[in-house]
Amino acid sequence: MGSYILKRLISAVPVLIGITVIVFLIMAMIPGDPATAILGSYATPDNVAKLNRDLGLDKPLVARYFIWLGNMLTGDFGRSFSLNRPVLDEILERFNATLILAGTSFVICSVLGVLAGVVSAARQYGLADKAITFVVLIGISIPSFFLGMMMILLFAVNLKWLPVSGMYAIYGGGDLPDLLSHLIMPAAALSVVATGVIARLARSAMLEVLRQDYIRTARAKGVGEGRVVYGHALRAAMVSIIPVLGIQAGFVLSGSVFIEIVFQWPGVGRMLVDAILKRDILLVQGGVVFVAACYVFFNICVDVAQSLLDPRIKT
Amino acid sequence: MRFLSLLFRNRLAAMGAVVLSLIVLLVLLIPVLPLQDPDVTNTADRFLPPLSEGHLLGTDHLGRDLLARLLYGTRLSLAVGLFAALIAGTIGSAVGIVAGYFGGRIDNVIMRGIDMLMAFPYILLALAIVAALGPGLLNALIAVAAVNIPFFARNIRGITVGLAGREFIDAARLSGMGHGRIILTELLPNVLSTIVIAMSTTVGWMILETAGLSFLGLGSQPPQADLGSMLGEARSSMITNPHTSIVPGIMIFLIVMSINLLGDGVRDALDPRLRSGALARPQARTMVRRKAPLPADDGKGLLNIQRLETQFHVGKRVYRAVNDVSLHVNAGECLGVIGESGSGKSVTALSVMGLVASPPGVITGGAVRYEGEDLLAAPYESLRKKRGEKVAYIFQDPLSTLHPLYRVGDQLAEAIQVHHRVSDAEARAKAIELFRSVRIPNPESRIRNYPHEMSGGMRQRVGIAMALANDPDVIIADEPTTALDVTVQAQILSLLDDLRRERGLAIVFITHDFGVVAQLCDRVAVMYGGRIVEQGTTTDILDRPAHPYTKRLMACVPELGGGKRELAAIPGLPPIVSDLPPGCAFAPRCHKATPACREGEIALDGGDARAVRCIHPEEEIA
Repeated sequence: MGSYILKRLISAVPVLIGITVIVFLIMAMIPGDPATAILGSYATPDNVAKLNRDLGLDKPLVARYFIWLGNMLTGDFGRSFSLNRPVLDEILERFNATLILAGTSFVICSVLGVLAGVVSAARQYGLADKAITFVVLIGISIPSFFLGMMMILLFAVNLKWLPVSGMYAIYGGGDLPDLLSHLIMPAAALSVVATGVIARLARSAMLEVLRQDYIRTARAKGVGEGRVVYGHALRAAMVSIIPVLGIQAGFVLSGSVFIEIVFQWPGVGRMLVDAILKRDILLVQGGVVFVAACYVFFNICVDVAQSLLDPRIKT
Repeated sequence: MRFLSLLFRNRLAAMGAVVLSLIVLLVLLIPVLPLQDPDVTNTADRFLPPLSEGHLLGTDHLGRDLLARLLYGTRLSLAVGLFAALIAGTIGSAVGIVAGYFGGRIDNVIMRGIDMLMAFPYILLALAIVAALGPGLLNALIAVAAVNIPFFARNIRGITVGLAGREFIDAARLSGMGHGRIILTELLPNVLSTIVIAMSTTVGWMILETAGLSFLGLGSQPPQADLGSMLGEARSSMITNPHTSIVPGIMIFLIVMSINLLGDGVRDALDPRLRSGALARPQARTMVRRKAPLPADDGKGLLNIQRLETQFHVGKRVYRAVNDVSLHVNAGECLGVIGESGSGKSVTALSVMGLVASPPGVITGGAVRYEGEDLLAAPYESLRKKRGEKVAYIFQDPLSTLHPLYRVGDQLAEAIQVHHRVSDAEARAKAIELFRSVRIPNPESRIRNYPHEMSGGMRQRVGIAMALANDPDVIIADEPTTALDVTVQAQILSLLDDLRRERGLAIVFITHDFGVVAQLCDRVAVMYGGRIVEQGTTTDILDRPAHPYTKRLMACVPELGGGKRELAAIPGLPPIVSDLPPGCAFAPRCHKATPACREGEIALDGGDARAVRCIHPEEEIA
């Protein structure tokens, strides 16, 4: 097991390098003088020249990449001009909020999605299946940001059950119940599409598995139907469901951008959008690399979970 | 045409098509509709509610007509989504075809790059691209198209790899065609339909994604508005004037949903498995819908199959897999059932305990009696309690019939524990004992193996051990040795034979191999086209086969040391059971067939001891 984790960690290195290269190349596409783009058009020529030197922008592209990479490896993601503080500090402070939001959504969509898919498959063409299929269809078609807005209208404005936005109440908040009451709507809005996608896949994976010979064997042994479906079949179907959970984690993580805007959630996504609108390139660069790297590590966890589940994967 | 009718038979897809066409029609009619200018502001008329005079859907925060803005916005969103899909589809497919066609190093490098792109959480990459290019609708379109390229590249590469190895590509290469021409004239036409389907299923996503970027203020810039930016602008006044948000939001929802419905419909219509109903979930037991009256119990055997009829109902077609088959087996006896694949022998065996996949399988007649009780009429719980406990199965190909993710010892223990309350430790001890009884070496360590860690012979022994777990009275063995080599096969047969003698087991042995029958069986039934064509004692049938089919089938078996004999294959193919000819099913392949053979029912002539279904038997039976 240990050697498998090590192997996966090592194989992540080229992916991480690839990610930095891609981000670097995309940012190198910025038209005009990057220093001006970073400092804005009101910067003095002195400041532009200084930044160019600081960033090593007077050097060739390849050299610049390695300087940038080296700096990041030592924890120096540069300094955000719009916030006037180190990029990494800002990211770390905000990543917590994103992690709470995306993590909660991921748990919701994994549990609900798999459950809905399995029930749907177990009662194929039954009432539960039709109802779930219908709800899922609506769920995967509704834009999360629109859904979030409608939830605010209904639950916060009209029914006044939940706070409109933010992560904590401004006065007297800060404890867990306060966080949860703020978390419910954004987490729900963020998880709807992913839940639908997972439910669909889980349903078809279950139907595929239920036709397999080893399911017939289980029945021939006299295993009861409940155990056949929720034991034998679900266990086997999880092998094809888990990779999709990994993909959906990426959707939830990046989709939190929209939800953070709608619910004023103080996470990385909102930071990125602000940074893009203010042309704070270093902050965008750092944020994208950081989140993508986290996602790579999450996927390693998914692979490890998969190898625990499926003994056929060579560990 | 057939495709369209299939598509529209799917009611939901038809609904999607109707909604989408309505939206597209409205958008196309924009030039002729009496719409107001979407960009003219009128601050006196801010936030008019829907159904106001002159403004059907009301006005927005600048007093602009919402209906006009909605239709123009829809047009823009549809166009952008479609363009993004076209760009992503074209570039992605080109990359995929090149990677798949050239293979090797080029493929490797390209797919590594694609993997890197896919390592990003999706929208994040689009955000990075917009960050570099700057906010704007065109840049948002480029970003959305770019992040969808890997999806197309992967799909199309997969299909191209399959095609690139085919003969027609080799032929084109040998005829001196250049790579470019092969790709354009030979490959592209074959992958085009896949590309179109992929586009139609992703265009909804792309509309949603560009709307999302516009919503964030990174897409279309004012005064130009797509649905996303309309929603984004309306957000600040969402609480006071919700209609300005709801109108564009509902439109995005309708567009995306109708495209999704249509995409699902297209996919389903093209999937042959859905059409044949092969994706239906098999129920816990085979459906029984008896049309003929229940045959009276004739008291034969321990297990008595009487006039069994099992069919497969696929759409309007009916496959008569088992036709009026009667078999019985006594304790300590081995009955062989022999026939080619498709003769109905396995379906007969599976019908006994209701294990024929259903749908599409249906038992339409007959009875299966165990100690006189009709299992077909038994309640599910009583049938389940007999499965494995009284009547156990050994299946062919234990790699697919054992659960790949459970240890073999656990699978064995489960077989015991579903019928008996024993502790895990006891069940484990019993499993080891069973492994030993089927001569698996080192049973203590073997029970911890997964099926894929064992050899074919060992897996088959696990299957046999599992069948023996509850000391059943009847074992139905469905070609248990077909996948094995000859020495292992001989070991397993002698093992079964020992068990029969030691435990008084009744065995129904299904095979297509006369050698196996000769070794193990007391009596034999020969099946063809879902019917028994001949039955009798093993010696009688082997020495004096009466049905021409039996005789020909035996001639197919190579005899050790009999090198001079000509090995004969039976010309023609086994019949398709959805379309059985009247009379003898074997007549079309039989050299003795006369017109009489093709008319009317031919009876199974004779008694239990010896019977044949033929009007020109090879041997007169007593």
